[in-house]
Amino acid sequence: MSAMTHDETEAMIQEVLEVYPEKARKDRAKHLTANDPSVEQSKKCITSNRRSLPGVMTIRGCAYAGSKGVVWGPVKDLVHVSHGPVGCGQYSRAGRRNYYVGTTGVNTFGTMNFTSDFQEKDIVFGGDKKLAKLIDEIEGLFPLSKGVTIQSECPIGLIGDDIEAVAKQKTAEHGKTMVPVRCEGFRGVSQSLGHHIANDTVRDWVLDKRDHDTSWESTPYDVAIIGDYNIGGDAWASRILLEEMGLRVVAQWSGDGTLSEMELTPKVKLNLLHCYRSMNYISRHMEEKYGIPWLEYNFFGPTKIEESLREIAARFDDRIKEGAERVIARYRQESDAVIAKYRPRLEGKRVMLYVGGLRPRHIIGAYEDLGMEVVGTGYEFAHNDDYDRTLKEMGNATLIYDDVTGYEFESFVQRVKPDLIGSGIKEKYIFQKMGVPFRQMHSWDYSGPYHGYDGFAIFARDMDMTLNNPCWTNMTPPWKGRPDADQAVAAE
Amino acid sequence: MALRQAAIYGKGGIGKSTTTQNLVAALAELGQKVMIVGCDPKADSTRLILHSKAQETIMHLAAESGTVEDLELDDVLRTGYAGIKCVESGGPEPGVGCAGRGVITAINFLEEEGAYEEDLNFVFYDVLGDVVCGGFAMPIRENKAQEIYIVVSGEMMAMYAANNISKGIVKYANSGGVRLAGLICNSRNTDREDELIEALADKLGTQMIHFVPRDNVVQRAEIRRMTVIEYDPTALQADEYRALAQKIIDNKKFVIPNPLTMDELEDLLMEFGILDEEDESIIGKTADQERAPESAVA
Repeated sequence: MSAMTHDETEAMIQEVLEVYPEKARKDRAKHLTANDPSVEQSKKCITSNRRSLPGVMTIRGCAYAGSKGVVWGPVKDLVHVSHGPVGCGQYSRAGRRNYYVGTTGVNTFGTMNFTSDFQEKDIVFGGDKKLAKLIDEIEGLFPLSKGVTIQSECPIGLIGDDIEAVAKQKTAEHGKTMVPVRCEGFRGVSQSLGHHIANDTVRDWVLDKRDHDTSWESTPYDVAIIGDYNIGGDAWASRILLEEMGLRVVAQWSGDGTLSEMELTPKVKLNLLHCYRSMNYISRHMEEKYGIPWLEYNFFGPTKIEESLREIAARFDDRIKEGAERVIARYRQESDAVIAKYRPRLEGKRVMLYVGGLRPRHIIGAYEDLGMEVVGTGYEFAHNDDYDRTLKEMGNATLIYDDVTGYEFESFVQRVKPDLIGSGIKEKYIFQKMGVPFRQMHSWDYSGPYHGYDGFAIFARDMDMTLNNPCWTNMTPPWKGRPDADQAVAAE
Repeated sequence: MALRQAAIYGKGGIGKSTTTQNLVAALAELGQKVMIVGCDPKADSTRLILHSKAQETIMHLAAESGTVEDLELDDVLRTGYAGIKCVESGGPEPGVGCAGRGVITAINFLEEEGAYEEDLNFVFYDVLGDVVCGGFAMPIRENKAQEIYIVVSGEMMAMYAANNISKGIVKYANSGGVRLAGLICNSRNTDREDELIEALADKLGTQMIHFVPRDNVVQRAEIRRMTVIEYDPTALQADEYRALAQKIIDNKKFVIPNPLTMDELEDLLMEFGILDEEDESIIGKTADQERAPESAVA
């Protein structure tokens, strides 16, 4: 299918919206647009970070997911307690594939589920005593843990438990960091508020702990990786590039990260921000309080990696600038080989994305390196500053959708007919049943890493093996008709 | 006779628990089989029947044994004066947890355990004064209390509360079968109190089912953790509770109330001299401003 014009894309949006009742149609229309890369401010064409309409099957998560699942969960040497009934913690346990080094249950706790397992009596009589007891038990059973975060589930906010008082008391008793996080799921419109709340608790309960500690020796080349959750090893594939160019990576936030790394971050020279959405808050705070600048970068695909390495190097002296060129030269051969192998198999293929924090825009370059085109993209929980950054990455008249509904996503796919969809686990099987190749782009479909040069090789391989998998030739998407099926019915 | 479930509401401190227990004692004396369900974390709804300080509650027993599922009906049900069955929902200390959820859990437990299937004529829910959340509205939801009695006196705030409770009844009356069954005036000896409550009842579309006069014998009995009916059956006050009991047995007037607007309620209070005519000119003025001569204000 040839590229659509602006009017054609707008007409398609109108057609899809037609089935809605008038009020819903009006609301959803604001969240859908045909891209115009020349628009500077996305608020002129798209609305975001608004409450989802009831009944639309939104794909969003909740504030607890944003705090426990995203920001805090990967900090490996803290115990993260899902405070409330058992389900929130158990059904989100280890699902995000934040890799880490350590001995689980001894000095790291990432894939374990700690919960206060609320019962009726805890709701009625309050859960503070249970929480205090649970923290004491953690201290006894896991003495190498560096502290506890209390991830509030919905009931905590309803019954008015004073988890801050418990945290303060236990900090005094055990001499360890205890962080109360008010990330009750009903707060806000999506997981986005959970990121913000979690960032604020890092600021209030962690970040200033070593402000007066001068024993730590800093260097002019100290940086922190912010907003890389090390999914399938992403942060490791990024870290080596920074180290090879001569920088010292002091902290990883928060994939494979530790409490101590977080506490040392205010001493770095530059914060490198990958997922802007989930950690811009703490980056801005460190800029205001400690004067540490922050820089957004993109380590998906060689084009963006090279751009980013040079931008990062430009903040440092010639030694680092030379280091960046050395890294680029060293890996170019490797990435050229990847492109030479896979580009012919993927050239011209069209992709639709619908993901979370940074990927709907950051991965575009990686696809383009492979000769592919992203023809539709959107975010579950973006704000307009994310769309500001997205419009210029996307081609003219491509489709952009915010908090897309199940129905809209299916309808757009039927009309745009992409060769590949990258989205989450809830979307995966619908599209596979429609006969459309699909990659799970939250957890990298149990693969990864996708960041850095190492990640690009895996990314290219994964896209190829999905798109060119022979199984798809044995399936016919519904819009191509199913003469075989009709005959089968007739024959019965 | 089919089981009748009634809930007693009213402003905090108005005498709901005392009135309920004396009423229930009178009903029992008349041969009725009655159960009291205390829906207040204070758990003081059954002490006059059981001669106890405070009954062990469903929620405290559940907390001790682990979950409410571990409890049996016999663990929570006590029998007191004249065979009256007593149970308290219980709940947390002030300032922690969720007392409303405690009421919900306790009432669900009683239903599941078949507490209402016994040979009973009446169940009375004695509910915390202020209906602050859904939990305290539990007794007036579907399949619970069908008749609501509001304890009220001639004091302004008690009447405000009665009107607010009526609003709550309207909300549930439309989806379920709950009805306002009458106002019980628990006298505070204010002027023209009976007329005032009659007038309020009339405006709400209900009745003042009985005027319970003030009598120190109630307090004398209470010190002994007894109802008047039991402590001094010959007292005049005992006859008042018997009269109330008989009226409730015979009561047929169950209505969806017409709550008053704030203005209507204030007009009524002004008519009876409880509220002064509002002087708009003094609103928002400090003592200083009022002392200042008018020219200075202008």
